Amino acid sequence: MNGLRNLVDKIKPTFEKGGKLGFLHSTFDAFETFLFVPNTVTRRGAHVRDCVDLKRVMIMVVLALVPAMLFGIWNTGYQHNLAFGLDWGFWNIVLYGLVKVLPLYVVAYLVGLAIEFVSAQIQGHEVNEGYLVSGMLIPLIVPVDVPLWMLAIAVAFAVIIGKEVFGGTGMNIWNPALLTRAFLFFSYPSKMSGDTVWTGGVTRFLNEGVAYQAGNGLVDGFSGATPLANPTLENLQPQLTDMILGTIPGSVGETSVIAILLGAALLLWTGVASWKIMVSSVLGGLAIGYLGYAVGATDLPGYYQLVMGGFLFGTVFMATDPVTSAQTECGKWIYGFLVGALAVTVRIWNPGYPEGMMLAILLMNTFAPLIDHYVIEGSIKRRAKKVKIA
Amino acid sequence: MSNNIYLKKGLDLPISGEAAQSTKKVIVPDVVAVKPTDFRGLVPKLLVKEGDKVLAGSPVLADKMSQNILFTSPVSGTVAEVVRGEKRKLLEVRIKADAEQEYVDFGVKNVAEMTAEQIKEAILKAGLWPALTQRPYGIIANPEAKPKAIFVSAFTTAPLAANPEFALGADVEYIQTAVNALSKLTDGGVHFSLNSENYSGTPFHKVENVIQHTFSGKHPAGNVGVQIHHISPIRKGETVWTVSLVMLAAIGKLFSTGKYDVRRKIAVTGPKSISPAYVEGYPGIAIKDVAEFYNAAENLRFVSGDVLTGTNVGANGYLGFFDNQITILEEGDKYELLGWAKPVRCSQYSSSRTYFSWLTPKKKYAMDTNLHGGPRAFVVNDVYGKVLPMDLFPVHLLKACLANNIDDMEKFGIYEVLEEDLALCEFVCPSKIYVQQIITDGIALMLKEMC
Repeated sequence: MNGLRNLVDKIKPTFEKGGKLGFLHSTFDAFETFLFVPNTVTRRGAHVRDCVDLKRVMIMVVLALVPAMLFGIWNTGYQHNLAFGLDWGFWNIVLYGLVKVLPLYVVAYLVGLAIEFVSAQIQGHEVNEGYLVSGMLIPLIVPVDVPLWMLAIAVAFAVIIGKEVFGGTGMNIWNPALLTRAFLFFSYPSKMSGDTVWTGGVTRFLNEGVAYQAGNGLVDGFSGATPLANPTLENLQPQLTDMILGTIPGSVGETSVIAILLGAALLLWTGVASWKIMVSSVLGGLAIGYLGYAVGATDLPGYYQLVMGGFLFGTVFMATDPVTSAQTECGKWIYGFLVGALAVTVRIWNPGYPEGMMLAILLMNTFAPLIDHYVIEGSIKRRAKKVKIA
Repeated sequence: MSNNIYLKKGLDLPISGEAAQSTKKVIVPDVVAVKPTDFRGLVPKLLVKEGDKVLAGSPVLADKMSQNILFTSPVSGTVAEVVRGEKRKLLEVRIKADAEQEYVDFGVKNVAEMTAEQIKEAILKAGLWPALTQRPYGIIANPEAKPKAIFVSAFTTAPLAANPEFALGADVEYIQTAVNALSKLTDGGVHFSLNSENYSGTPFHKVENVIQHTFSGKHPAGNVGVQIHHISPIRKGETVWTVSLVMLAAIGKLFSTGKYDVRRKIAVTGPKSISPAYVEGYPGIAIKDVAEFYNAAENLRFVSGDVLTGTNVGANGYLGFFDNQITILEEGDKYELLGWAKPVRCSQYSSSRTYFSWLTPKKKYAMDTNLHGGPRAFVVNDVYGKVLPMDLFPVHLLKACLANNIDDMEKFGIYEVLEEDLALCEFVCPSKIYVQQIITDGIALMLKEMC
């Protein structure tokens, strides 16, 4: 342990200002602080500090995403296996999933972190750990067959335009991971929608006649459609268990209700994510879901809306992003409710978009400061009145 | 008792090194310092020069802005040194104490027969006026003003703070005298806040001529700012005064004995203090006077006050005017391998559930001064609210201060807070933001623009 410290101390001067590699000091600092909690002491104010830091908070979110990621890897292989009728065993399925999902992670982290490091270097900041979470999220919310170069462009767009131009983590208006998805969605719609993009290998098979595991070609009756493609009770009732387990096509990490709930439990227990946003988003989704059911716009009872598509994933991991969500406690209730309500509204009443979660969250990200503004104004007025009476 | 104000939010810091309730020694002062830096925004005017003889109660400094506000020597002796900093800023006036203490005789007075003007004059002349703090902004009270009310917190929740019953229980009569005097300076009365959990156990509930309030809850329930917020919030244009029990005792002694007697029991505390206990001494005593409480070979920080709000005075420093506590803790200038990534960090405390300190609620931690991370932007938004029992929006207030936006600072409550009220926000902040410094800068801006 001391040897490692000595080594770091030995090479440190090279990376400090004026050193040979001084232009890399933010990068060096990022790796050093990753290994060691720095020896900085408090200069002013409180002399002692809580030992929690942003790295710890962020790593909790990353951990919470692990079940969804692991399940997503397995499910990618499993869906491929089903589509091509391969009769694979567990390890084959996982291997295929890894081959498909790992490159997504490599691209998301390489591109995103590279931009983060460079901009930290330019601004002279420490590298912020926020991207650890964004990079973990991005592969989980895209179709597994998305071309890697597209993903790279989308990540670059989201990190530069969505985050760095505003000043980095903590200053951004929109959730960077969702911005990546939105960029892909609007720039390359053919790769982001339809029935064939959600199952690994199908796109390639249709274009080139081969897939990673070509097998005998697609099985008869392969649809590849997600539940959102045809949201009727007749179609979905038999699938309900699959939808909860997650053994359906969809974006990599969004399918399994159980895996997402495991992550939600960790986030709520550690207090990293707001339970108010999660609860109110679910309430909003249920309210509009049942409203649509009551007026006959859909024959699905409201709770189906929660287990379909990206609703739960968005509610647990995206809507609760502390930077882009509402900041006031009362505002969180409003914000969360509107996220859920809007997402389901788009699903039920807008024939153009089968899924509304991404846009609902991005829209509410935009309006979160406005919600906060009115909540605060209201609170200040109420207090002023109370003080006057007293 | 019926309308107890229960504050749900807050945090009692589990730091080790509480002072045992015994007086280990009576300090015979050697060199004491009068520090104008103890007072916000004070422009001092030096009234003595090196070599001058002073008595306990002789003026040493005056406030340049209103020169009837005097700062007097706590001991009798000779002015040894005038310490100046950058741009000749006056930092300390060091006084070498005599072996025998002599006091200026201000005359024993009967408070009941005095008018408000006479009381003001007596307090001003003896150099105890700076004991009165004016809010908003936490500056020395303006003698020309008539405050809405005067507030006293008669209990403390700050980490390892001196126990008021032990430190001041014997001075209840003096405190009563001071309350009687000060109540003539305002129409709003003297508000006395007590801890409901220890209401009958404290001698201070017998103090009369006050408006009593009871509070319960964790730190910062004992902060007078938090109490004012719940009793009668400060609105724009209003001023209130606050005064501590320690200072009330000194004011009472002035009227009852005619002496400027600021002797007090001082709690020597902190994880690195050796058998922490109380000493009897003066404000301005040197840290070296409590040398037997620490190991000088270690790399230590000496704080005049508590760990959240005190001043780092260093081994050669002096106790502050308002303080009756010295906290000694270790400088945490060490690296910790993979600290944040370890599942469990037994020796470190965190109020966050991302660690496991919540499993050992009784454990006390030997905290050091390590920052435990690097400074970041505001990211997690609900941590401050959990430790701030005030109906404010702390993050918005801080951002308004950072943006120098006076309108928003007013709106978000800059009149109601001082640094100490948000000190816990700073402690828990995962982004390691210097919350108190931001408030200090905000208040400095308000003082510059509004006064």
